[in-house]
Order: sequence, then structure tokens, then C-alpha cells
Amino acid sequence: MSDKPKLAMYWAAACGGCEIAVLNIHEKILDVDANFDVVFWPVAMDAKYKDVEAMPDASITLALFNGAIRNSENEHLARLLRRKSKIMVAFGACACEGGIPSLANLSRRQEIFDAAYHTPSTDEPDGNLPRPNWTAPEGELHIPELYPVVKTLDQVVPVDYYMPGCPPESHQIAAVIDVVIQALQGKATLPPPGTVLGAGGSTVCDECKRARNEKKIKKFVRIQDVQPDPTLCLLEQGILCSGPATRSGCGALCPQAGAPCVGCYGPADGALDYGARLMSAVASVIDSTDPKEIEKILDGIPDPAGMFYRFNLAGSLLRASKAAWENET
Amino acid sequence: MQRITIDPITRLEGHGKIEIFLDEEGEVANTYFQIPELRGFERFCVGRPVEEMPVITNRICGVCPEAHHMAAAKAADAVYHVDPPSAAKKLRELLYSAFYVTDHTTHFYALAGPDFVMGPDAPVAERNILGVIHKVGVEIGSQVIQARKYGHAVVEMIGGRKVHPCTSIPGGLTKGITEEQRAEIEEMGRWAVNFATFSLKLFNDIVLKDSAYLALILGDIYSHHTYYIGMVDSENRVNFYDGKVSVVDPDGKRIGKYAPHEYTDWIAEHVEPWTYLKFPYLKKIGWKGFVDGKDSGVYCATPLSRLNAADRMATPLAQEEYERFYSTLGGKPVHQRLATHWARLIELLYAAERWVELATDPEITSDNFRAQPTEKPTEGVGIVEAPRGTLTHHYWTDERGILTQVNLIVGTTNNYAPISMSIKKAAQSFIHKGVVVSEGALNRIEMAFRAYDPCFGCATHSLPGQMPLQVTIRDARGEVVDVLRQPC
Repeated sequence: MSDKPKLAMYWAAACGGCEIAVLNIHEKILDVDANFDVVFWPVAMDAKYKDVEAMPDASITLALFNGAIRNSENEHLARLLRRKSKIMVAFGACACEGGIPSLANLSRRQEIFDAAYHTPSTDEPDGNLPRPNWTAPEGELHIPELYPVVKTLDQVVPVDYYMPGCPPESHQIAAVIDVVIQALQGKATLPPPGTVLGAGGSTVCDECKRARNEKKIKKFVRIQDVQPDPTLCLLEQGILCSGPATRSGCGALCPQAGAPCVGCYGPADGALDYGARLMSAVASVIDSTDPKEIEKILDGIPDPAGMFYRFNLAGSLLRASKAAWENET
Repeated sequence: MQRITIDPITRLEGHGKIEIFLDEEGEVANTYFQIPELRGFERFCVGRPVEEMPVITNRICGVCPEAHHMAAAKAADAVYHVDPPSAAKKLRELLYSAFYVTDHTTHFYALAGPDFVMGPDAPVAERNILGVIHKVGVEIGSQVIQARKYGHAVVEMIGGRKVHPCTSIPGGLTKGITEEQRAEIEEMGRWAVNFATFSLKLFNDIVLKDSAYLALILGDIYSHHTYYIGMVDSENRVNFYDGKVSVVDPDGKRIGKYAPHEYTDWIAEHVEPWTYLKFPYLKKIGWKGFVDGKDSGVYCATPLSRLNAADRMATPLAQEEYERFYSTLGGKPVHQRLATHWARLIELLYAAERWVELATDPEITSDNFRAQPTEKPTEGVGIVEAPRGTLTHHYWTDERGILTQVNLIVGTTNNYAPISMSIKKAAQSFIHKGVVVSEGALNRIEMAFRAYDPCFGCATHSLPGQMPLQVTIRDARGEVVDVLRQPC
């Protein structure tokens, strides 16, 4: 074992896109190899889970943790890596804010089961639904139980830094790795705990090249129903774009490609609740002072819960619907 | 009864676990391949606007987000009864072809390559991508990185982002490409054709010219006589983006083709209480358990399956390889699962050729890349071939296009039953009297499922990469008598 600083990367409830984004730093991965001893990275190498358990506490310099906390396994690994690591980074939208999988917090656990196992293509399971413990003819079999709600990483363990994005952009990952390497060599200092790394301090709108004309709108439209002007602000054309509430750092990729920002970089600085910030931004473009008309205009947003909290439900003040919480006893 | 637990990463990670039960003589009685996670997309997509599905469902899998993006876009087209302009379909397919080159490259070089290039009995420390590079040359490593870079560059040019593309909407795309972009895409595509040709030559030189390897491929241990499915175009040629799904029986005879909206006539899913993942099977044949043969509805949906289910390839160089494939392996269909690696390389070549074809199509820079829906949204099915199997998205909406129900049958899931069967067969071959019979045996059990390139990113979230194994042998009282471990 070398005396290089130790690096760990782990995924919990996630899609693997964060790992692909890390691989997409291409040749830069050689810098990681030169400067770190990668002790735990299930995607690329033997997990050595028992080895991690055997390590002294705080012996891993840097742990990049992606994915939300969906079940007891996820939580177990979060606690283990927290204990073993000096610096714990919530990596990607799911670890930071719950991400898309936390939209499940609008549903009861039973509803999730019913939807998955009662579809037009699924055989009637005759009460044979998957269960945590089952006795096969040959012996006991176990699978982990789902938690009633999805949690963010910092709802389970203390987190030192946050790297937002779904996934974080590769050039941002490379830049953060550079800073950490320099800090380890004494050439730079790490920012205070709680800092958001690999992103900007303003909003996606500030990075967006589309022209804004302070135009107000009389109605919201759906992207498939209109031919938006490719040079003008999408929100000012009535398309719900999450840019005004979303942290900068991606380079406004989606709006540049003609698609609205979906908010994957999470709340901009100072926003206590992402959805509330987005709602106030959206309200400010509505061209009316008549409450009835305003209501009618807002009815043009087809799915407020999903569109205002697309990547952020677990990390929001709301966190989950009342129905989902009822399972949490 | 004795029990052997093969835990791909560890007991505590959501990546799938293999339980092997031994009988009193220490022979394999049964195996269970368990998938321990469920994220609930079919539930939480309900209530969302259908145009959001291409960006929501690509978060099912960060390894193949392009597949979910495309299947969702096609299902959304169908929900609105809108037919995208041909330029839009070609742009989507161009993105998709470049993605295939990236994905198949990653699998072959990083995951499967080590088994063949280094050999299944090579020292563990050498049986990885670095070992491959040392044996075949550093130059190859940089070419593999280049192939991934180029593929993602095209995905970003058309899809707006490298991971989780965002530009497909009901009726087409939010943007087209410029002539400058087209020229760049064409140049990268021509490079990709050379790279794919080279990869096949490598496979030919190292694997096919080695009689021991050929014997391994052709042997019975990795063979299963099942049905096969795969998407084909109107001339029954392999197509990844559009067409009908062809179904062939274990004799290679086509028993039918289904359009996306007919999938429930053909495919059903069986539920077992010991795993969260379902087992799709052919409805017309029926679920008979984890068994081979014509009477069992178990089917396979992999690169090998797509070749078996089609009549030919649509591009010239890939067609030459297709013919060589079947003449070398003794005709259609090929049941030997290890031949899937060769089939994957033939698809790599096809994807690269198709990339160039589409990049040089005069229509590809057209401004006519979307059609506005005019009909009331109702219900729709979208199917594409994901690299790891046929991917089906089925949506129902209200009259505003808000989802009321969602059904998804994802790539790897199709192969859950055959993968389970392959694991059992390999375990039965390599475990006797309670012990794993040889050093390389663990890896040979791994090879049984590696051929399928199982990506439980779609079901859970595993990634291409050397999959470590740990085998714990327990006696009848559950006491651990031995632990075998295969580090990477």
C-alpha cells in the first residue's frame, strides 16, 4: 500500500451517470491515479468492503458519494464511509438533493409496489410479491427492504462538500480534483465545510446566451405545442424553464440545445427551498395582477409538484408528501 | 444443506447476489440470482407530463440514458399520434449509433476483453484492461479512450449533453445540426469504422485463431437453447432505433414479428418472491420455469439474439462479418453465449457504418426536425434496442398528456431468466463435492453472466467493469468453512 492520499467513490440509489461523468474526464483519470491511492471504487475495482471496514477511522482522505439513500444498505455504506473518511462529498444531484428518484416521495411504498407488479405485462403474482425474507425449498433468502421515503446524503450523515449536477459536468469534476490535489500539496487551501464545489455562485440564466427582454407572459405553453424562437429566453416564451432558480455551472447546456433547464444543478446560492425560489421566479414573469387571471395562467403549468421539485424533493422543505410520510413510523 | 454465496460486490450493496445451494453430496442443487433494489419509476412517473419522460427516464440508467431517451421519445410520439419528420428520425438514429459505438467499445475492451485476450486462467492481476493494453499495445488504450470521446461528442452535438441527453420531444427534436457539425460527425464516424474493423481483427487474431478459445466458445457449458428476439427493419435487417421485434425459436425459425403496440400479445413478466426484478418470457409459449427448449418461454435479447432474430445486417462490412460469424460457428441460430462477444463487435461495426451513412445523408442538416402534435394524447408504446436488450416504454395519459400509467421492460431485464440459467449451469459444471474445482473456475462462472453484459443500472445500477466475486462456502449449519475471493 502506498502512502498516497486515499480516495473512495461509491454509488447508492443512482443511475451510474455520475460514474460515467467521472470516466469522461478521459486522460485526467491518470492524474487521479498518480495522486491518489484508489481504495474503494466498486465500478472500477474490487470493492474490498471488508477492507474498508478494517481501515482506521478517517484514513480515507476523500470520499465521493453519489446516489440517494433508498434503503438500509445505502445508509449503512454512507455511515461507514463517513466514519472512515476525512472529507465526504455529496456527489451529484441524488446525493445532494435526492434527484429524480426522490420523486418517489410523492407516493406511498405500497403504491410503488402496486405500480411495479401490477402492469399489463406482469402475471398476477398471487400474493407472491417480492419480500425481504423468503424461505426457498433450499433455505432462507433475503433482499433489503425499501425505506418509505428517499433521503439525501446529509439527512443521514454530515457532509463536508456538495458537488451538484445530474451528472456533474466532467470539466467541473476535473477542476475540483485539481484543487484537492493542490490542497494536498500545500499549494491551495480547501474552502470551508458546507461549500458547493464544481459549480458557480449565480444562476443558469447568467450562463444562458438566450436574450431576455423583461417580457411578461399571459400563458404557459408546452414545448411540443410551440416552435420556440431559438435566440430568446424560453421562460419569456411561456415555457417553464428552471434556469432562474438553478445554480450555474453546467454552461446552460439544455437551454442552448433548445430544451428548458430542468434544475439538475440544484438551488442557487441563498435559496432555502428550490421549488419556492422557482415559483417566485415564475410568478414574476406573469403578466397580470388579477388573482383569478393569475390562477388561470398558473393552471397552464401541468405538474407543479414534479416540475418545481424535479431533482430536489428529498432536499426540499417539503421532503415528501404526507401520504409517503405516513409510512414513516 | 450447504450454501455458497457469491456476492458480486458485498452482501451489503445493491448489485445483485448469487446464492448457490448444495445438496448432501456437495453438488449444486439450485442457484438464485437476486436483484435487491427497486426505484419505482413506474409509480413516480405517473402525474408527470409526457414530454418530460425523455429526461426523467434517462435517469433510470446513466450507462444507457440514450436508450431510455429514445424509447421515451418514441412512446411520447405514439401517445400524440405524431410521426416525426424523417430528418428527426435520422438525427435520433445518428445519435443512437454513435452511442452504440461508445457502449460496445467500453464493454469489449474493459469488461469482456480481459477474458479472451489474457485468458480465463491468467493471473488475476493481469486480467483487466491494463493487462489487455500491455498485451496488445498502449496505442490501443488511447484508441479506446478516443472511441468513447467521439461517441460522446456526437451525443452532445445532437442531444445537447454528453450524459442524459435532453433534445428529443414528442414529434422530433428541439434542434438540428449545422453543416460544420455534420462534417465533424462524419469524420469521427469514418474513424469509428476503422476502429471497429480493427477490433474485429483483434478478436480474430487472438480468439478465433486459438483453438482452445474456439473450443471454449463452442463448448456446451455456455450454451442454452432458447428463443431470441431483436428489432429488425422492413427487410428483416438488424436495426437499433426502429422497426418490428422479430422472434425466432430455438431452431432459428421466425415465429412472428410484433410492432411496439403489440408487445403485450408477445411478452409477459413472471414474478418471484425472492427478487425485485421480474422475469419476462414469451406469452405465447408460457412460463415453464428456468429451463431451455422449445416448450419454455424463456428468451434472450442480446447482440447474439439480434443477429439470430434478423436475416442479415444492413451495412456491407458488418454483413461480411455476419456471414463469417455463422459459417464459423456452424449456422443459425448460434446458442453459445460466449459468441455474444463476437456478435457485439459485429454490431459495433454496423453502428459505425450506420453512423457514417446517416452523417452523409443529405437530409441530416435539414431544418425540418420536428412536427407539432395535433391529435389528442392517449396511449403509446416506444421500443428501441438498448445495447443489453429490447427496451419497451408504454405510457397512458389523460387528454392533457399527463401520465396515468407507465409500464417499462428494460434491456437487461429481458435476460434475467437466461442469465440465471447460465449461472446455474456454470456452477453445476465447476462446483463439485462442495468445492470450486479450479482456480479459474470462479472467473468461468463470472464469464457465464458477463457475456450478457448485464447492466443492472437499468434494474439497479451496476456498471461495465470487472465484477469482483466472493464465494462463501457454508456447511449445513450455516458455518463458513471456506472463503474464496477474486479481487480485480
